[in-house]
Parts: sequence; C-alpha cells; structure tokens
Amino acid sequence: MTSDFPLYLIPLLPLIGAAINLLFGKRLSKDTNHYIAITAVGGAAVIAIHACVSGLWPLWKAGGPGTPSLTWQGWEWLHGAAGGGMGETAVSLKAALVLDPLSAVMVLVITLIGFLIHLYSAGYMAEDKRYATYFGYLNLFTGAMLILVLGDSLPVMFVGWEGVGLCSYLLIGFWFDVDKNANAGRKAFVVNRIGDFAFLLGIFLTFYFTKSLSFSGVRDGVGEITGSRIWGAPAQFWICLLFFIGACGKSAQIPLYVWLPDAMAGPTPVSALIHAATMVTAGVYMIARLSFLYVTAPTVMAIVAGVGAATALFAAIIGFAQNDLKKVLAYSTVSQLGLMFVGVGTGNFTGGVFHLMTHAFFKAGLFLGAGSVMHALHHAKDPGDIREMGGLRRKLPITHITFLIYCIAIAGIPPLAGFFSKDGILAGAFAFTAPGVPRFYGHLIWAVSSLASLGTAVYMFRLYFLTFTGKFRGDHHVETHLHESPAEMTIPLIVLGLGAMAVGFVGIPAFLRSHHEPLFVRWLSSGDAPVQALALHMSSSREWLLMAVATGAGVIGIIVAAALWLGGPRPAVVSLGNGLGPVKKLVASKFYIDELYDLVLVRPFRWLCMAVYQIVDRFIIETLLLGLVTTLVDFSGRALRLLQNGHVQRYMVVTTMALAAILWFGMRPSDEFTVQPVMGAQNTISLHANAHDYGTPNAPQRKYKWKCATDDPWKAGGPDKTCEYPNPGKYEVQLEVHDDLWGTSNKSSKLIRVGGD
Amino acid sequence: MSFFISLPHTLALGAILFTIGIIGALIRKNALIVLMSIELMLNAANLTVLAFARARHDNTGHTLAFIVIAVAAAEAAVGLAVLVGIFRTRRTSSLDEITMMKQ
Amino acid sequence: MLLTIMLLLPLLGALIVALVPREEEGLARGVGYLFTIATFILSIAVALRFKAAQGGMQLGLAVPWVPSLGISFKVGIDGISLWLMLLTTFLTPICLLSAHKAIDKKVRGFVAAFLILETGMLGAFVAQDLFLFYVFWEVMLVPMYFIIGVWGGDRRIYASFKFVIYTMVGSLLMLVAIFYLYVTMHDVSGVWTFDMEQLRHLVLTPRAQIWCFLAFASAFFIKVPMFPAHTWLPDAHVQAPTAGSVILAGVLLKFGVYGFLRFAIPLFPWAATWCSPGLAILAVIGIVYGSLVAFAQDDMKRLVAYSSVAHMGFVMLGVMAWNAAGIQGAIFTMLSHGLTTGGLFLAVGVLYDRRHKRDIAEYGGIAAQMPRYAAMFLICTMGSIGLPALSGFVGEFMSLLGMFNAGPLPAGFKQTLWHSRIFAIIATTGVVLGAVYMLWMFQKVMFGKNANPKNQSLKDLSGREVAMFLPLVVGIFWLGLFPKGILNKMDASVRGYLDEYRAKMEDIRNFRQDDASGEYRHHLWPEGYVVPGAPVVRQPEPTVEAQPAPQPAPNPDVAPAPPGGGAP
Repeated sequence: MTSDFPLYLIPLLPLIGAAINLLFGKRLSKDTNHYIAITAVGGAAVIAIHACVSGLWPLWKAGGPGTPSLTWQGWEWLHGAAGGGMGETAVSLKAALVLDPLSAVMVLVITLIGFLIHLYSAGYMAEDKRYATYFGYLNLFTGAMLILVLGDSLPVMFVGWEGVGLCSYLLIGFWFDVDKNANAGRKAFVVNRIGDFAFLLGIFLTFYFTKSLSFSGVRDGVGEITGSRIWGAPAQFWICLLFFIGACGKSAQIPLYVWLPDAMAGPTPVSALIHAATMVTAGVYMIARLSFLYVTAPTVMAIVAGVGAATALFAAIIGFAQNDLKKVLAYSTVSQLGLMFVGVGTGNFTGGVFHLMTHAFFKAGLFLGAGSVMHALHHAKDPGDIREMGGLRRKLPITHITFLIYCIAIAGIPPLAGFFSKDGILAGAFAFTAPGVPRFYGHLIWAVSSLASLGTAVYMFRLYFLTFTGKFRGDHHVETHLHESPAEMTIPLIVLGLGAMAVGFVGIPAFLRSHHEPLFVRWLSSGDAPVQALALHMSSSREWLLMAVATGAGVIGIIVAAALWLGGPRPAVVSLGNGLGPVKKLVASKFYIDELYDLVLVRPFRWLCMAVYQIVDRFIIETLLLGLVTTLVDFSGRALRLLQNGHVQRYMVVTTMALAAILWFGMRPSDEFTVQPVMGAQNTISLHANAHDYGTPNAPQRKYKWKCATDDPWKAGGPDKTCEYPNPGKYEVQLEVHDDLWGTSNKSSKLIRVGGD
Repeated sequence: MSFFISLPHTLALGAILFTIGIIGALIRKNALIVLMSIELMLNAANLTVLAFARARHDNTGHTLAFIVIAVAAAEAAVGLAVLVGIFRTRRTSSLDEITMMKQ
Repeated sequence: MLLTIMLLLPLLGALIVALVPREEEGLARGVGYLFTIATFILSIAVALRFKAAQGGMQLGLAVPWVPSLGISFKVGIDGISLWLMLLTTFLTPICLLSAHKAIDKKVRGFVAAFLILETGMLGAFVAQDLFLFYVFWEVMLVPMYFIIGVWGGDRRIYASFKFVIYTMVGSLLMLVAIFYLYVTMHDVSGVWTFDMEQLRHLVLTPRAQIWCFLAFASAFFIKVPMFPAHTWLPDAHVQAPTAGSVILAGVLLKFGVYGFLRFAIPLFPWAATWCSPGLAILAVIGIVYGSLVAFAQDDMKRLVAYSSVAHMGFVMLGVMAWNAAGIQGAIFTMLSHGLTTGGLFLAVGVLYDRRHKRDIAEYGGIAAQMPRYAAMFLICTMGSIGLPALSGFVGEFMSLLGMFNAGPLPAGFKQTLWHSRIFAIIATTGVVLGAVYMLWMFQKVMFGKNANPKNQSLKDLSGREVAMFLPLVVGIFWLGLFPKGILNKMDASVRGYLDEYRAKMEDIRNFRQDDASGEYRHHLWPEGYVVPGAPVVRQPEPTVEAQPAPQPAPNPDVAPAPPGGGAP
C-alpha cells in the first residue's frame, strides 16, 4: 500500500536554506537570513503536513494489506557485490525515502518544533556575529534529521545519523573561541562515533544474514536472522545489541551519556532542538523502526529496559544537585530518554514513541523557557545559575506560565500530555513479560521508573520554585534589567505550552476508552510492519491503581519540592544539605563519572599512542631495523674497502686467479644428446651424444656412461648408445660425460615416454 | 695438412710466451715492463689463434689476429700516454708507489 | 592513440619548459598549467570514449619496441585504472597551482620535474607490458627525488634518500621476479614476451608463485605503505613541499595497491590467496596503528601522513575481500583519499605558506581569523573521517562490507576467509580512531583562543587558494552523493577481473587433482591456450610409438596391398 510522493522536498528545502545561508549568508541582511531559514523549515513542515493529510491519512483510513506509506525512489547510491557462505550477492542500494506512520510522527515533530525553534532563535541569537552561519547549521541539522527519519534503508538512515552528529558538533562548539565549548563539541562527536561503530557492525551483520540493507528487505529476511547463531547466541541477539549500543551513543544512555550534559555549552535553542526534541530521540526511533527485529530478541529487550531504567534513575539523582539551569534540564533529558527506552524495551514501542512526542513538546519548551530566563539575566556573571535567581514570575509572566505548564506536564499530572505517555510506559513496564525473563523483572523496572518519575517531579519543581518563586537572590544590577523576552521568543513558548496540554489526548489508554485503542496506537500499528503495541493483559482496576500511583508520585514530588524550595531554599533543605555534605558533593560532581572516564580511558589512550609511536615507530623500526641495515652496509663497505689498496698489480693477480677459477670450474664437456627412435625395431631408441666442442668425440680422454632407466646401473659406453624398452611408460635416460684430461664431468637427463597402443 | 712445424709445438710456444708474459705483468715493478708483458701476452694469444687457423684452414683466425694487433697497438698507445702523464707528476714509474686510487 | 598522446603530453611540456629562459618564472608556470590542463582535458576525452559495459582493456595501443626481447609499448585502460588516471590528471594542475607562492627558486626545474612525474604516473597506470611498467615505475622515482631533495624542508636530503632507497629495494626484488616470469614463459611456451596480455595466462607452480608474489609484493608493500614498511612516508611528506606532498599522497601511494590489483594478483593468484590473511592482518594493523600513532604527533603534516597509512589500510583490506564490493570499495577509497588527504595537505600548506611553521602548538583559534579556510579544512577533515554523504564513507563502507562478507572463493580455498569478519570488526574501530585524532588536530588548530600574536594578522584564503580547494571539495561531495557514476564504469572490469581470478583458482585446484603424479608444473591457462607468436610446440618428450602389428598373411585371392605406411 504505497504510493509515490516527492518526499525529497521535505529534507531538500532545509538543505537548500542551509546552503544559501552558509555560502552567501554574510552578504545578506540578518533579516534575510532568518527569513530564509524559517521559510525553509516552514515549507518542509507544510509539505510534510500535506503529505500526511492528503497522502498518508487516506491510505491509512482505507486499511488494506501492507503498511500505508508514501515512497520516493531516489537514485541508486551504492552498488557492488559481496560474498559470504553462499556465493555472491549483489549490493544495490537506493537513496530512497519512505514516509510511513512512524516516520510521519517523527517528521511532524521535527518540522513543527523545528519551525518554532527557528523562530525563537531569531530573537535569541539576534546579537550574534555569526548569525547566518548559525541558521545555516540549524537548517542543515533539520535536513539531516529529516533524512534520518525518512530513509528507507539502514545506510541512508546512517547518513542522517552522522549528519546530525556533525551538526551537533558544529552547533555545540558554536562559540568556539572558548575551549570548553569546542571540547564539548568534540566529546559529543567522539562518543557518538563509538555508538556509530556498533551501528556499522550491526549493519554488516544484518547484511550478512538478510543480504539486504533496506528496511523492507531486512523485514523479509528476519527468518534468516532468527535461524542463525553466532558464538553460541542467536544472531538477532547480537544484531539487536549492536544497534542498541549505537542508540545509546546517540540517545545518551549509560555508559555513553557523558556528552549530553557538556553539550549545554551550545546556544540554548540548539539544546532545545537537538538535545530535547530531535537528535537524541533518533535512538528510540531506530529501535521502534526495527521493532520487528527486537521482538525476536527478548533478552536484548530486557537489557534495553534495564539500561533505560537505570539511566532514568541515575540521571534523576544527579539532577537534584545541579545548580545550572540547563544542566538540570540536560539530566532531565537523559532521564526521560531512559523512560523512552524502558518503553521500547518492554515491548511498548508505541508507548515509547508517544512519550518521545510529548517529551518533545515540553522539553523543548523547558529549554526555550530557560533560554528566555537566561536572556533576561544576560547581565549576570553566570546567567544559568539558579542560586542567583528567584521571583522571576513577576518580571517574566509569559515565560513563567508556560514554564509551569511544562513542569506540570513532565511531572505527569493529568490531563497534560506527559501524564498519558508516562503512565503508558509505567503500566507497560509493570506488565512486561517475555520468554526467559522472570516476572519480577517487569515489576523491578516499574519500581525504578516510578522512582525516577518521582525524582523528576521533585527536581523539576525544585527548578521551578528556585527560579520563579520567592525573592530575587541575585545582583541588584541584574534585577533592574529583568524583562520579558520579545515576541519571537514568547510565541513559541505559548504554542509549545498549548501543545503540551493538548497532545496527550491522541494517546489516551485503551482502558479509559472502553477498550478502544487510542488513535496514536492505531496509527502506528497499521499494516504488516506495525510498530508493535503492547496488549496489556491487566484488569482495569489494576490499571487504575497504576495510574493512581503514577499521578501520586507526581503530586508527592511537587509537594516535597514545595516543602523544600518554595520561595527559595527553605531552612529545612539547607540543614539537610549540610547534614548530607559528602553525599551532596558526590552527587553534585555527577558521581565523578567524567573524571573516571578521563582517568581510565582518555589519558591512558593518549599514553598508549605516545608509547606506540616512540617504541614501535621510533625505536623498533627506525633505530633497530633501519639502524641495523645501515650499520651492515657501512660495515661491509669498510671491509671491502680494504681490498682497494691502490696497487694495480694486486688487482691483476686477483683477476687472473678469478679467471683461472672460472675456467677450471666452468669448463665442462658437453652433455647434450639426441634421442632417435630406431627404424624397424620396436620400442628401441638410439642415443647420440653431441660433442659441441671442437675435437673429435672419440678423443680418448672422454668417457661416456649411460643409464637407460632410473633403476638401471651405469654402463660405460661410447658416444652412441641404444636402449630397449619392452614395456611402455615413462623413462629417464641419463648421460654422464667425464673428461679424464681435466678431471671434469657433466651430467644430463631426458624424460621420454614410450607409448603403447 | 702440411705443417712443417707441427701444431702442438706451436701451441706450446704460445703457452710458454703467455706464461712469461703473465708472470711478468704480475711481478715486475716497473710500469713499462708491465706494459711490455701485456703486449707479450697478446702476441702469445695471437700466435695460438694463427696456429689453429692454419691447422683448420679457417681464415677467420687470420682476421681475428689482425683485429688483436690493432687493439694491442691502441692499448699500448693509451697505456704509454697514461704512464707519461703519471711520470710527469709523480716522477716515478714504479707501480708500488703509484697508489692514488686507494680508498 | 589518444591514450598515448595524453601520456606523452606532459613529457613534451617538460621539454618545452626546459627551453624557457631561467628568469621567466611566470612563463614556466604558464607552460606547466597549459600542459597539465591539456592533459586533464584529454583524460576526460578518454573517459568519455570509455565504454562502461565492455570489460577488458580499451583504447589500447601496442607497438613493438624491442621485438627480439618481447618488449612492446603496450598501453590500455580499463575500469580499474580509468579513475586513477583521472585522479592523476585532476590533481596535478591543482598541485602546480598550490606551488605558485611556495616555490620561488628554480621554478623551471620544478615544473619540469612535475611534468615528468605526471608522465611517469600516467604511464604506470596504463602500461600493459611488464617491462614498460617497470620503466615508468622507476621514472616516477627520479622527479620525486628531486622535488623532495631540492625544494623540501630542512631535512630534505635525508627524506628523499630514504624514500628512494626504500622504494628501490622493493623495485629491484620485483625486477628479479619479472625476469623469472620472462624466462619461465619462454620455457613453457617458447615465446619471449613481457606482455601482460600473454603473461596473464601463465600459471606457475605454487612454490614459484609464492616467491614471485613476495618479490612483487615487496615493491608494492612499501608503496602502499603497509606496516612495517611505512616509515619513509612521514619523513617524505614532512620534508616535501606542499605540492609534492599532495601528489605523493594523492597518487603515488595508490600505486602500491594498484600494483597488487593489476599485476601481483592476476599473475600469482594462488600465492595471493594464500598470503591474503597475512596481508589482511597487516592492513588492519596499519589502520589501527596509523590512527594511534597519528594521535601522538605534534606536527600537522606528520599527523596527516600517518592518517594516510590508516586509509590505505582500508584500501588493502577491501582488496583482500575478494569480491566486487571490496575491490570497488578499495578503488573508491583510493579516489576519496586522493581528494580528502590532498585537501588536508593543501590546508596545512596554506598555513605553512603564511607562517612557515607546522607545529600544532603554534596555532589556535584560526577559524575566527580565516573562516573560509576553516570551512574548506572542515570539509576535508569530515571527508577523511568518513562522514556519510561525503566520499570517504562510500569507500570505507563498501570495503568493510566486502570484507565482512568476504568471498566467495572456490571450494578448497575457504580457509583463507576464516577470520575475515574479525578483521572487519577491528578495522571498523578505525572509524572511531579517525575521528579522535582528526578532530583533536582540527580543534587545536582552529578552535580556542587565538593567543599567538603572530597569528593575529593571518589573511584568509586568496582567490587562487579557493580555486585550488574548490575542485576538491566539489569532488568530495560529488563522490559521496553520486558514486554510481564512478562505480558503473568500474563494474564490468571488476567483474571480469574477479571472474578471471576465480577461473584461475578453479584451474589450479583441478590441476592439482588431475595430475596423478602429484607433480605441479608451470602451465598455461586456459587449457589449450596458445601464446601468440609461439613457435610450433615441439614435443618435449619424444614418444616412441609401438610399431604397427605385423601385416596379416596375405590372402592369396586378393592382390597384396602395397607396402609402406607402417614406419613412423
């Protein structure tokens, strides 16, 4: 159920915008720059909406076999032939795009939220010198991300995957004159690359089994994968594991999350776009896209869920003690991503994607709101330090209201979006069953995730209370300059706020709608390649209970936060903090993970490189081997030089002796002989030794010895000989000539074949 | 074939001359004597070639002899020129003392 | 004919440049540009004339040179050498452009050396006669020696000596093997010939193959360069002028792998397959080792030189995969490497032209000072580390995919592919390592604070410099997005190449089984192939035929048959 559509327009418009801004942007006015960029993304959004509404939606509504999708057959990109156990297979890969329900969700999220963020950036980055470059990179990122979600094969997706990695490198290190920012960009790229290494191996393994690289081809070949084993484990275990490690790199899960908090060095709209709404969700998207593969590997799914839950809790704990506005949000992102992975890991692929969508709204909003706050505090030494904030609700009303909405959403309070998605994930986790996984595992995941949700509510509201309530705790000079942000910045906040409130309703769980699956689930699960939905086998009452627990966690969290931080740090929390001094330090320093990595990985790596260079290259090869060769040559030169003493007669003596030796050892009697069959006699040949040298062959000093076959004894004779062979076969005739006068001799042999009939 | 001196005798003469020549070339100190010995060797070889040519009635040997004579003359001229040049600078013609090509 | 003209045009240019008076530097340079661009246009004409669907050598020319020895001037181009030839003609004008400011003394000699070098390189790519190939191989050495030795850095004599001697050692061993082949060909077929078209049909015994293959490999091994014969490369690159480095990295390094592909493997397929695990291991070591050592450098050019070692490891790995994806990936990586590493050396040269310093520590924060330069440098860096949509990715991806799914080889040779997957896995780490050192260098040089006062007044790229980067950058994007055009032209040739390789391996396997005596002899493939110009094959073994049975007693009723017809 596919039809054609010029899908290439969707990523192309932002890419063209990027090209214009990057190549010519400096010559155009700032207004033109942002008009081009915003129009590009807006255009992509319009086309995307058009594609979904007029193209995909009717296909979906019509039902029918196959996944409803719009495709664009691009051009043939890669081409070759590779072998394997079964002979050669052609590798033929098209650079093609496909829009199916899953990618439609992603495309809409990317383009719409991207549009809002582009709009916001026009206000936020208004003073920046490299305005055009910034918008160029932003458009480039959007284009790459669209390629990622629209690609219909693993390598095309990889193009987008690395493309967004490149753009995040450029954008995180946008203000590169500060070393910290450049380092953060590089860290992001390298850690992502480690994930990409696993991704590539996954691609190769997949090709090995399914002989195909496109998603449809892989789906058709799933049987090949499940039927094979590698090193004792089923093939799908390894493939799914490798892809998951790739996802960890991109989506900042343990242990590859370390780049995301550092990435806050970039401009805030960048953080909103890349690290909240789109790039980091690529990992979740990938797993959802490959859901048909993951359901065959329950062990890996359990691992995914476990890692996700652990990351969620871990990041939540760290979030408590951070004092930078954006860092808190960064750890919150890591934590929420963990929840998304819990969703996909427990088989609730639709739930994970749903949370992705809702999270995009409120997290982007949170970052943009944070940007608005930091914009207001731009006179402060460190605009992001929440200890220096407070009472901003009076000065920044719009920012305040929207920020509150986002916080309520992320805490999971109904009926905002975050509630439905989070509840869906938690319920799914509780009900997680899979072959080979004990029942309590699901409960454990649920417990950890709920704890993380509780933590989320606490630290998010800590953030809210410390920033917006109470009295301003910072510098007076800064206080006088506090103002609300311009319209370009507040309008996106409002839109996102409305979204955060409304978006949840597409995914109201089934048990609340008399067991009709919600629109979102139905949208994603259509066709023969559905993003799997979880059929919850639970009683309604249990579901209500879980929902109540989830909501309760949120509410309790808010209350705890209010108790500790309402209107500024309360005395309770101050004494608590003093009491737990060392623990607080540990948490505030992010459990020293970065330092650990540096000590165990980064520094030893550099030492290793230096050591390899000095020892192998400099010492072994250059000094030892080459030195050896040069010393040998030098030494032999010196030795031979002793022969050249300048005395001509010495040279002549040597020459004469050498000549004599050559003549003595070289001159041998000729040993050639010819073979002739003899007429009239059967199987008899006659042999005649040629005497090339002048002088008669009968000269007395030549002695001839013949052998007719290998086993015969030597028989003395003359230069002529006759041999008889009664039986056919191969024989070797040998002649030895001996010259008595000079004492030299020579030998030769010939192979002859005596044929029978 | 009529040969009023038989072949082996001629060959023996050639061999003896060659031996004298080669010993002279290797032993004697004076460069002029060495050059003369080399000439002697060449002549001995010439003699052998001509003896064989006569014995086998092959005129190729005579041609070769002519060529060898020409080459010997040229080589003697060059050798003497070199010797004169060396003598002018070194004032000696003893081979033991002319060792400038030493490494 | 076109090919020969294209080949000899630079040589003609060198002769004309030699006639230019010494003071007229501009004229000398102008002549250089004229001839290199003309060669480039001719090479495009050759490419257009090339028929993609037809495998085998095309546009060839065969003129006997020394018929009695079997040497002929035979040239031809096929899919494998087509793009390499284009790369050569493409890079040479860019190199001359880059030397505009850098070379200011003995300009005439420099241009002449470069033109002779171009002829040598083109000749080595198109030669189809072993002797001719060897001649061009050596012709490449001499101008390079001068380029490094006269216009190079402060340790240039040491570097050029090292370069020449390293390469010579390998070449001499190859010469010995060439002569062995020559003599064996005569033994087997009675023809004295160096012609590849005929020598391809000679199959040696496995033992002979191994020795000959190792001899050939020693020459190409050093050129690739493979670990541990790579140490000449950093010194040669660092001491050479920018133009020399670009052409060295861009084209000269390709001859190692090209030699394997064109000569060593078709002539000695069994030995090549037998040695391929070893070669694959060395390739993987090269990738990892090159990346590790690159990270430890503090001189920009040395770092890029070691990155070349790593990239050529990928190329070699692709060849050792024995399938079309691997070989096409290898050739593609070669093309991409020529563009990206050439660009990187040009970038280093830009800074060196301004400050005459290559140390990484001397720079910092250059991106703010020279934004256009930063963009070019970034694109070359990203191409080098294999960012998808740029050329590096396509090549590396196909090489790795080919290696991972290595084969197929005929039954009986399966064990060669035993560890191919492990090699591919280790080689993929090169992707990560490449990013590490490249980005480190990029950051240290371009980002951060512009603290060094000497860097405060650096000018951004001039028009000439933009012109020299632009073709490379366009090429990098073009190859990354539309590799099909290039892969298409290679297809038939690579397919033919692999078919011939597999057929020879089958033949070797069958021959082994057929020959009951267990004796493995040099023979011609396929069965019954007759070398052109071969004398009537004389029987090496005279066969004594049995005499016909004695005549039956004549029937008295029938007239006796005339006698005769019995004796052989």
